[in-house]
Amino acid sequence: MTTQEEPLTPLLPRTEPPSDMDTFIKGLWRDNPVFVQVLGMCPVLAVTNTVINSVVMGLATTFVLLMSSIFVSTFRKVIPKQVRIASFILIIATFVTMADYVIQAVSLEVHQSLGAFISLIVVNCLILGRAEAFSSKNTIGKSMLDAVGMGVGFTFSLLCLGVVREVLGNGTFAGVSVFGPQFEPWVVMILPGGAFFVLGAWLLLFNWMRERKKQQEEVFA
Amino acid sequence: MANEPTSFPFPPPEEPSSVKMIAVMGSVGLIASILLVATFQLTSPQIARNKQAQLEAAVLEVLPGATYFKPFSPTDAGGLAAVAEGDTPDLTFYVGYDSLNANALVGVAIEAQGQGYADVIRILYGYDPACECVVGMKVLESKETPGLGDKIGLDPAFLSNFEALDVTLGPDGETLVNEVILVKQGAKTETWQIEAITGATISSQAITDIIWTSTQALLPLIQNNLSTLQEGS
Repeated sequence: MTTQEEPLTPLLPRTEPPSDMDTFIKGLWRDNPVFVQVLGMCPVLAVTNTVINSVVMGLATTFVLLMSSIFVSTFRKVIPKQVRIASFILIIATFVTMADYVIQAVSLEVHQSLGAFISLIVVNCLILGRAEAFSSKNTIGKSMLDAVGMGVGFTFSLLCLGVVREVLGNGTFAGVSVFGPQFEPWVVMILPGGAFFVLGAWLLLFNWMRERKKQQEEVFA
Repeated sequence: MANEPTSFPFPPPEEPSSVKMIAVMGSVGLIASILLVATFQLTSPQIARNKQAQLEAAVLEVLPGATYFKPFSPTDAGGLAAVAEGDTPDLTFYVGYDSLNANALVGVAIEAQGQGYADVIRILYGYDPACECVVGMKVLESKETPGLGDKIGLDPAFLSNFEALDVTLGPDGETLVNEVILVKQGAKTETWQIEAITGATISSQAITDIIWTSTQALLPLIQNNLSTLQEGS
């Protein structure tokens, strides 16, 4: 009796140790925090009703992500495992409060339109997720690259939603009229429901592109 | 099964001493507080300036013709007195004057609030004691539905209701002659009526109620102390 041996397939695809550029790029596209990891949905749905709000929220999150990554990876060998989450949250909350003050000093209006969502960056799972999964295990340089990549990816995703919602829901782009006065705005787009529609449409597009890429790879393989 | 002694294949990892944990948490907290204090010290003057500028813009917007203003607050004796620097009384009247016209009293900006369709609406309105009317209204804070209820702060037709809204006090000096009421769009016949926004009746009603309640309560106080306010310039 002959047994045909099947080639052993590894459970996980073997990955090369990622290069520095890859650490940066993956946050933008392959591991995009919003469209691929679907993290931090609270600000994504709540404050993307205008382009300005999306940009400020994205930049504030990037700042917190970067600074907390630097801190966490600097102290990663000192912080005992048992108190790591408490320490990470304390570090994150500090930088969120700093961002909160700075935004107030720059523009009270933007601060008022973002409301409580600035303070809520503390509980954005993207930030604690990167602290726990990446910067607590990697060098400062790599953590910074990862944080900036994720932050820019997050800002980009917020903008994807914000642009669609403001242009359709208000007929303006960052306050500048796009369609002229006779345009009847799709009010639902700036209401909470519109956030779900637009997010759903973007997720559909991203998943379709990923599926297509996978099929192409199979054809070439 | 339950009686079998449980054996660990590996010894449990050694617990770090609690002294170390406390020390680490303490140091993280210390660094955090230093950073926070530094940021607060650096930004607080600018934040205060921003808030002042925002208030100034709002007060001068609801009091057309005013060039500067001074805050006044009610005293225990039933009068009004200028607010001392650094004081934050519960109720403040922002009294506007015109420096181009011998510092004459232009009007009083009053902050008021009430329940809207979604959450509390905060408004600032300007009261002209000479014509006994409301001369301007600005929504300071509201969470009304975008596209519908938020028109209370944006719709020029609605805001024009508050360019000369009659709130005359009766001969007794305590009650208003005419009740400020909300009417349907196009049904406004009297100067004490407010024309509602179609599709945002609840928000329009909320603004009407806020102005009605606030003027009833505060206008007698202002009219009784006009001389104090005039001298206050």
